[in-house]
Amino acid sequence: MHIHDDKIKELEEKALQVRELIIDMLVAAGSGHSAGPLDMADIFVALYFHILHHDPKNPDWPERDRLILSCGHICPVRYATMALAGYFPIEELKTLRKFGTRLQGHPERLRLPGSETTSGPLGAGLAQSCGLAYAARMDGKTWRTYCITSDGEHEAGLHWEAVLWAGKYKLSNLTCIVDRNTIQIDGGTEEIMPLEPLRAKYEAFNWHVLEVGGHNLEQFVDAVEEAKSILEKPTVIIAHTIPGRGVSFMEKKFEWHGIPPNKEQAAQALRELRTLGGKITSEHE
Amino acid sequence: MPVSQTAKLVPTLFDTQSLKQVPTRDGYGLGIVEAGKENPNVVVLCADLTESTRNLEFKKQFPDRFIQCGVHEQFLAAAGAGLALAGKIPFISSYAMFCPGRAWEQIRTNICLNEVNVKIAGAHAGVSVGPDGATHQAIEDIAIMRPIPNMQIIVPCDMIETRKATLAAAKLPGPFYVRFAREKSPVFTTEETPFEFGKATVFHDGSDVAIVACGPLVHEAMLAARELEKRKISARVINSHTVKPLDEDTILAVAEECGAIVTVEEHQITGGLGGAIAEFLVKHAPVPIEMIGIQNLFGQSGNPRELLEHYELTAPHIVESCLRVLARKK
Repeated sequence: MHIHDDKIKELEEKALQVRELIIDMLVAAGSGHSAGPLDMADIFVALYFHILHHDPKNPDWPERDRLILSCGHICPVRYATMALAGYFPIEELKTLRKFGTRLQGHPERLRLPGSETTSGPLGAGLAQSCGLAYAARMDGKTWRTYCITSDGEHEAGLHWEAVLWAGKYKLSNLTCIVDRNTIQIDGGTEEIMPLEPLRAKYEAFNWHVLEVGGHNLEQFVDAVEEAKSILEKPTVIIAHTIPGRGVSFMEKKFEWHGIPPNKEQAAQALRELRTLGGKITSEHE
Repeated sequence: MPVSQTAKLVPTLFDTQSLKQVPTRDGYGLGIVEAGKENPNVVVLCADLTESTRNLEFKKQFPDRFIQCGVHEQFLAAAGAGLALAGKIPFISSYAMFCPGRAWEQIRTNICLNEVNVKIAGAHAGVSVGPDGATHQAIEDIAIMRPIPNMQIIVPCDMIETRKATLAAAKLPGPFYVRFAREKSPVFTTEETPFEFGKATVFHDGSDVAIVACGPLVHEAMLAARELEKRKISARVINSHTVKPLDEDTILAVAEECGAIVTVEEHQITGGLGGAIAEFLVKHAPVPIEMIGIQNLFGQSGNPRELLEHYELTAPHIVESCLRVLARKK
């Protein structure tokens, strides 16, 4: 199912909106992660507005596809996309990380319907996704499990237990998406703990490997479609992203992994996003 | 005072030689097959220890619901959570040293904070694991499970009770830890012995001192009560199979009626059943308590009986503790 140009345009506009909401949320929260959420906006929008079978008004719909966010710290991008998709009012995004909120600093299933699981401690999402995908297969269900992982969490042993296991059981209804932004809290991934050759690692564990530009919606959607046609292996989509995507002073800087913008930085970030980096005039000005 | 009539125990329970000796893990093996028959959602995840954790029969009867995971104990817990999120009732099974031992953070976050229906079946708990030595003797497992919100813990006293505990864990909602042992131990309860999750059972009537025990050492507690009877001391024995939530009503009544308590468990004295009782009673009915358990030591190789004696966990030590606590009773 090829994606139309019109649809791509629509998704790109939504991704821009998501990025703006992320900046708004983070500055209101006064803490949180910037780089990862911004770089995964395109993929989240593609998932929620084009790929996933889901129903925002019925988040527990049994036949829905499951989207497990393993790297829970990038939850602002999930929250923003869920709000845009109609899971809850956009206003609620401003409660991020505040006392009593459903939008915890790291997502909790019992607080937020539709968040699917509780995550944050790294490396545990793919194993949970294996359980979900295996259960679906046992029950002959056609829903699929998507697991979003960070590249940094590929340093956790548990993640590789799951990679080994999914390869053994040929979990073709499982797709792992890697946010390959090459940064983590302390620096570049290749400096902290080299992951390359990442493709070869997954191939050696009997996975089908696809690599896409993480901001290229067409490539990503095509990769997800290809994954559905692979019947003997789980698929991993290594999405090459630019950390902090869309905000010039955040892009490619590991220092923005775990901090929010202050008010001035947020204003600058929103200006850049609304003018596509100065290419157009913002309707807010 | 005698053995409690309501407990419906084996009449010859004090004649240890006459009792059937069966490991509690065998009770899990029977229970898990029954649970599998009763509910098609029951699945077993095993980490390369199918036979010794007594999952072989389940595997034979339900090959499609037995999931071999290899030596992946953290994975057991996280994947178990995933299966439970999709409506399954996973039993994740390994030696207690490895699950819950190695998988603590996944149990806390993926199972308990998520509040999903995963059951941890921890085999080979206690020093009575024997020759394998300290590395394989889980004696801190209750302490690491007890503080986690939503976790429920059962430590059954013999093979028959372990079968009942396994079935209860399968039927009741939420996370469970069921702890059992490797070594053979006396089968002294019967099918008729009451077992209700969360409700401690009086096994021996008495009013001078109470012995509150869990696991196979409950039998040692019964032997101790009999010995005390000979010395004109009336000891009440409570089988506190449910360690969490603690049966507070029963424990409070015991404290008020007996005025002195000895706790007994094959576990470190910190963080286990004794700790739970002390934490509760210090607020509501502070009475003298002595604790039988491992005294901040690691285990070692040896035969199970000599290890139980070395670590002072058997009836003579329970008797001594009762005398000590009685001396402190006002």
